Amino acid sequence: MPVQQICTVVSMEQLDADTWWMVLEVGKLVFKHGLRGGQFLHVKCGDDQLLRRPISVARTQWDEPEDTAALIFEVRGEGTRWLSQRKIGDKLDVLGPLGNGFDVLDGGRYLLVGGGIGVPPLIEYGESPRWSQVAVLGFRTKDKAFPSIVSRFQENCERTYLCTDDGTLGRHGFVDGQMREVLEKDNDFTAILACGPKPMLKNVANVAAEFGIPCQVSMEERMGCGVGACLVCATAMKDGAMKHVCKNGPVFHAEEVDWDA
Amino acid sequence: MPEKKTPHPEAGGIIASAATTLALFEDSSVNMSVDLAGVVLKNPVVAASGTFGFGREYGQFFDLSELGGICCKGLTLHAREGNPAPRIAETPMGILNSVGLQNPGVDAFIKHELPFLRQYDVKVIANISGNTPEEYGEMCEKLSAAGVDMIEVNISCPNVKAGGLTYGTRPKLAAEVTEMAKSHASVPVMVKLSPNVTDIIEIAKAVADAGADALSLINTLRGMRIDVNTHRPILKMNTGGLSGPAVLPVAVRMVWEVASAVKLPILGMGGVSKGEDAAQLMLAGASAVAVGTALFANPYAPLKVRDALASITAKQGLDSVSQLTGGVKPW
Repeated sequence: MPVQQICTVVSMEQLDADTWWMVLEVGKLVFKHGLRGGQFLHVKCGDDQLLRRPISVARTQWDEPEDTAALIFEVRGEGTRWLSQRKIGDKLDVLGPLGNGFDVLDGGRYLLVGGGIGVPPLIEYGESPRWSQVAVLGFRTKDKAFPSIVSRFQENCERTYLCTDDGTLGRHGFVDGQMREVLEKDNDFTAILACGPKPMLKNVANVAAEFGIPCQVSMEERMGCGVGACLVCATAMKDGAMKHVCKNGPVFHAEEVDWDA
Repeated sequence: MPEKKTPHPEAGGIIASAATTLALFEDSSVNMSVDLAGVVLKNPVVAASGTFGFGREYGQFFDLSELGGICCKGLTLHAREGNPAPRIAETPMGILNSVGLQNPGVDAFIKHELPFLRQYDVKVIANISGNTPEEYGEMCEKLSAAGVDMIEVNISCPNVKAGGLTYGTRPKLAAEVTEMAKSHASVPVMVKLSPNVTDIIEIAKAVADAGADALSLINTLRGMRIDVNTHRPILKMNTGGLSGPAVLPVAVRMVWEVASAVKLPILGMGGVSKGEDAAQLMLAGASAVAVGTALFANPYAPLKVRDALASITAKQGLDSVSQLTGGVKPW
């Protein structure tokens, strides 16, 4: 159940011109309320922004006196710009935990597929010793493949494949090509967990279907209340129904999503 | 990681302050109950339709019995999936939405949502939209039988093609829908007016003459926002309804105009996020106020508004919040 929590910024690292790694003290949101990676916090970004900003949780930690949560975000507008200007010790008004996160089982084996700013919400899934994992991570260019993020996968996953759109690092091309190559040799996965832009997710869903592997995708949509009341963050399902990213998602089963909507 | 500190006094601060203000409110000698067309609300603050679902989500944050009433998400006779996304755009001190009346339909509401709301000591106001006057009638009959406290007839949704705004901008059609609703409802009928008209008084009078028990205003103002890089409107439907603090002065003006022209109780709304905003609407002539968009920034906004309204009333030496209604002294 979500609560309103006043959080404290305990670390703030700038990864490049517009990407930030922020760690918050979040009260007992992890221990008591079950906050985990892949869910989001709805963050009030100053008094000038009427709407909160949904920011995905990259990783969480039980701690004393307060648990912590890491948010890795890009500056995309006024709200996230305000957020990027916070300093250690500043307070943030957040709602959370919100959204579902990926559905994973202890002892499973997962293929993690992330693109760009869709990589951070997979960090906790890439780090967990409770299941095994292979990662395919895609970035626009080498400079966007931040070592502090990529290394967390490399240290924990059986294998971590990198691709870039411009060929400056790893395989030249998109994640679905790399993913297909992986699956052609090794398709013993409990599920594919994917996060990234919708066109990427669509391609990932197609490859997953081809190999008959269940696939979960984390979707994005412009959000209002963040709790499921205002119904603005609608995403179309194959059966014609509208589901809501904040309440029913952000993670959906790939086969239920209408990819042509 | 920096060294760990003792928990901040502010941790969970807003929740704590909601509890503190609640205590103040209970201590206050101000009578907060108001009468809206015979429906007695324990306080004048109502959750605005379309921002509060059917109460379940914000019910996770506070006891719904704290509210005077809940205007439920707009219902139609049959389920609707609504408009494609994006359905929201932020604007200066406001938001545009184009949800398009996504809802499970009136029967599903009665079966699955109303019993949940009935667990709380709060007035339940069902909001309805129809494609034809007959649909409004049918919904009024079902909802009255199901035991809602009041029906808010939406003739002003800017986000649907059929019915909706068309009814709300033509006095004759507005009257026809009102008559149909009245003749099928056994609970008070409140008609929700659109601000997207040249003369709101003309519509208000037509609706009053047709037998409405109360009026609610304002619905959202039609607006548009364009992404200058892509030249595309942010909303997939191009235009949407503007709400939030930006519309408050329009709401105050329209409530004042309507209250001056028509002798019906008014539920005032439009951009209320503070007690002072609510007090303005009441002074302009509203008997109660709805809080909507402010919820998205602060889930406790309705309680904050209620408590601030109580303290404004007390400070002005009034016994009852209802004494604010219509108290404006125009120049």
